[in-house]
Amino acid sequence: MSAETLIVVALLVPIVGAGLIALTGRNPNLRETMTIATSLVLFATVMGLLAAVLSGATPRTASVEIFAGVELGFSVEPLGMIFAVVASGLWIVNSIYSIGYMRGHNEPRQTSFYVCFAIAIAGAIGVAFAGNLFTLFLFYEILTLSTYPLVAHKADAKAISGGRIYLLMLLGTSMGLLLPAIVWTGIVAGTLDFMPGGILAGKLGGTALGLLLALYIFGIGKAAVMPMHYWLPAAMVAPTPVSALLHAVAVVKAGVFTVLKVVVYVFGIDLLAETGASEWLVFVAAFSLLMASIVALTRDNLKARLAYSTVSQLAYVVLGAALATQAAIIGSGMQIVMHATGKITLFFCAGAIMVATHKTEISDMAGIGRRMPVTMFAFLVGSLSIIGLPPLGGTWSKWWLGIGAVDAGHEWVVAVLMTSSLLNVAYLLPIVAPKAKPGERIAVTEAPKACLIPLCITAALCIVLFFGAGQVETLLAQLATTAPADIAATLPKGMPDGL
Amino acid sequence: MISSNLPALQVVLPLLGAVLTALVRRGQIAWFIALVVSWTMPMIAFALLKQVLAEGVVSYALGGWAPPLGIEYRVDLVSAYILILVSLMGALVVSYAPRSVASEIAPERQAWFYTMYLLCMCGLLGIAITGDAFNAFVFLEVSSLSTYVLIALGRDRRAILSAYQYLIVGTIGATFYVLGVGLLYVMTGSLNLADIAGRIGDIDNIRPLLAALAFITVGISLKVALFPVHLWLPNAYAFAPSVVTAFLASTATKVAIYLLLRYLFSIFGVVFVFRDLPVTEILITLSVAAMIIASVVAVFQANVKRMLAYSSVAQIGYITLGIALATQTGLTGGIVHIFNHAVMKAALFMAIGCVVFRTGAVKIEDIAGIGRHMPLTMGAFVIAGLALIGVPGTVGFVSKYYLVAAALEKGWWWLAAIIVISSLIAVVYVGRVIEVAWFRDPGAAIRAAREPPLEMLVFTWILTAAIVVLGFDTELTAGIAGRAAEVLLTGMK
Repeated sequence: MSAETLIVVALLVPIVGAGLIALTGRNPNLRETMTIATSLVLFATVMGLLAAVLSGATPRTASVEIFAGVELGFSVEPLGMIFAVVASGLWIVNSIYSIGYMRGHNEPRQTSFYVCFAIAIAGAIGVAFAGNLFTLFLFYEILTLSTYPLVAHKADAKAISGGRIYLLMLLGTSMGLLLPAIVWTGIVAGTLDFMPGGILAGKLGGTALGLLLALYIFGIGKAAVMPMHYWLPAAMVAPTPVSALLHAVAVVKAGVFTVLKVVVYVFGIDLLAETGASEWLVFVAAFSLLMASIVALTRDNLKARLAYSTVSQLAYVVLGAALATQAAIIGSGMQIVMHATGKITLFFCAGAIMVATHKTEISDMAGIGRRMPVTMFAFLVGSLSIIGLPPLGGTWSKWWLGIGAVDAGHEWVVAVLMTSSLLNVAYLLPIVAPKAKPGERIAVTEAPKACLIPLCITAALCIVLFFGAGQVETLLAQLATTAPADIAATLPKGMPDGL
Repeated sequence: MISSNLPALQVVLPLLGAVLTALVRRGQIAWFIALVVSWTMPMIAFALLKQVLAEGVVSYALGGWAPPLGIEYRVDLVSAYILILVSLMGALVVSYAPRSVASEIAPERQAWFYTMYLLCMCGLLGIAITGDAFNAFVFLEVSSLSTYVLIALGRDRRAILSAYQYLIVGTIGATFYVLGVGLLYVMTGSLNLADIAGRIGDIDNIRPLLAALAFITVGISLKVALFPVHLWLPNAYAFAPSVVTAFLASTATKVAIYLLLRYLFSIFGVVFVFRDLPVTEILITLSVAAMIIASVVAVFQANVKRMLAYSSVAQIGYITLGIALATQTGLTGGIVHIFNHAVMKAALFMAIGCVVFRTGAVKIEDIAGIGRHMPLTMGAFVIAGLALIGVPGTVGFVSKYYLVAAALEKGWWWLAAIIVISSLIAVVYVGRVIEVAWFRDPGAAIRAAREPPLEMLVFTWILTAAIVVLGFDTELTAGIAGRAAEVLLTGMK
């Protein structure tokens, strides 16, 4: 298949899958087979594009004009490739986990759950492969709308109000700020296409650029930059697989991915570096980064604590975008991958604890490590990756971000990163540690295998990514500002090239 | 023979159909006649569009009397666009109608219903096609009188009161209009619109011209339901039979907007109206008020049809906003929204019509949990609701994009902000229904509900599909709207 066909197939597979899941809803085993088959086919399709992108090509489809200057079109560049691989790859693991969790937890309306899930993945892939701002916006909204039923899934008062906040904040920011930003870009630049080096050079002055960037940053509510983060903790009423894949990977990563994409392909990092239009964002992101970590410390509900941790970790990506140096952008791209693997592991563990012990509050989890040793070991691995300790993947994103900060002349950011890592230690590790009362005998009760295996896989991935980060780096190194060829030479060395 | 008389057939066929249905007196047969006529109408309208695209403006002298003395039917791009909209909506609504009508209207009145519907259709198409100011008044009255009857046919007793309310307002509107036309006639000595437009520049005394403009604008605004003279609309929409609401919401106000466009742009002229007079300021103020106030009021409605009616007032605000901006982008946005809003509102009212058909419920509280029992119907409602918000991938986005772009082109940040704020209020009122319909537990009445009969579902979904398809393929809507805007901005003048 040609690359162009593969792009279209990748978009259609989850949609067709959603249809098949709906049709086979009467037979749960068949339905779950459909979900897993769809996720496998999707992953294979996405991987089919990888070789071309690794070799430096940018496969694209022909654009279809919708109306004056607004086109529907797709192209696969390195950032999108990474996001698509992460989302589709983790969907496989998450689907297995979903089966264990949804059955173990006796959740109602499972068919519509799996249907919405598949549509949401289609949305994420569309965001990843979008070739211009309109296409990205279209799939961004599909992602919002298809995940709303998942958040309100339980349909009790709390879930409904959580869903309300979710929908209003995400639609509110995107329709209220992102849409005007896109229209403004269209008027000023005369195009909505993503171009290497950006499309705004010489079109807007420094202040206007800063304002436009602000419209984008706060309009992309999914990136959860404070104060637009509030929907994320509210979304934690969703079933755990949703929190795991969508609110640690697909949805939030779609947000920060959009931020990166806008910074790299609409503004262009050279333009931002020249004009300093993103200076303010360094401070906002740093604040968001620290503040969310501090709030996470105060949360006793495990999922809420993880949600605030996500807010903080997303700010790393935005911070990298704001620093607007090549190393920082690489750090941001790395962070998308590393945080996704780490955080999905943590959510899987939280869900496993819920299924096995029905506990949600950290203070009730005394002795949990002895009761669920495998789960909590995976939790430890995930936590260490989030904190950024070797030999785990999270190390590299922090490493590159630090280099990026020094390049940009913001040495103080390194201190912020280190403080944040310490805060991560403070709010993550005590969960693993709580001691059982002396002399108490605790029987080992792990969650069902369908829950346990996925969380082991993702924990193992955290380790693999430490050694395999070279591949990600190769991809991200192509994110040149203007001249792709020179980048490799200018990049600081210091990473193992694969295992 | 037929192709040269298409403009006359466009109006005469529904009139003949109305007479026939009145004669047969049987609901079923009357429906069939209405169906045949209704599907012929869009064919004629498309044929006319083709002629216009090929040969330019089509002028037709009614009865062989040459204009300006005789009545001229005049089809240009703008009127062809409205003809297609009205006739297509009519055809879809009538196809959907029979069982809904049978369930809501007494058997002995059903034939009359179709008579009145065809008369209304005749009047609306007439307004869009005529090139004569007084003839437009006649058609305005034909459509209005039949509309009063159609509304009064609602089974709720308040329908009669609403019809009466509309009758009073409508009559005032028509009177104002005809007064304005009278003034124009005195000054120019002509009733032919093109003729008036040609002579209006020679008038030295501007005062009677201003009076004429005021009378005509206010008169038409009453029919448009422009804020703050919209008060007849919510009751009329809420208590009319479901089919009538779907038809009126997608056609009646739209034709009135067309007439307003004609007078403001083609007759009085862009320069006079928008440069010399503060029409932009006035119209933008009213549009913005409609977009915000009517949307907020919609949030607090308990009756779904009433809520959608207030939403219509708000959406008409978008259209008049586009008109008020009087730029290529803005006017395109306004005109394309005429079409887009018609499609989405018809789909919404049809979906609610299905719910009423199965459960009789129109209160939001009473339809709790209906999404799980009528998923296809409420699925259509959700998609059409998203279009109302302006989500990308639906027609609503196309309109909104043009309007926001038009505001930003002028550098009016506050206006772009108001447009998006209004969309956000739409999120609240649409979301409220969706939340109740899908996430509440159904009561006993709802549990017994199932999907409506096939034809109701099919035609609701044809419109719903159109919402998505026309959100991507905008050749027919935004394409023609853009060219229509060009026509209007250069004007006949």
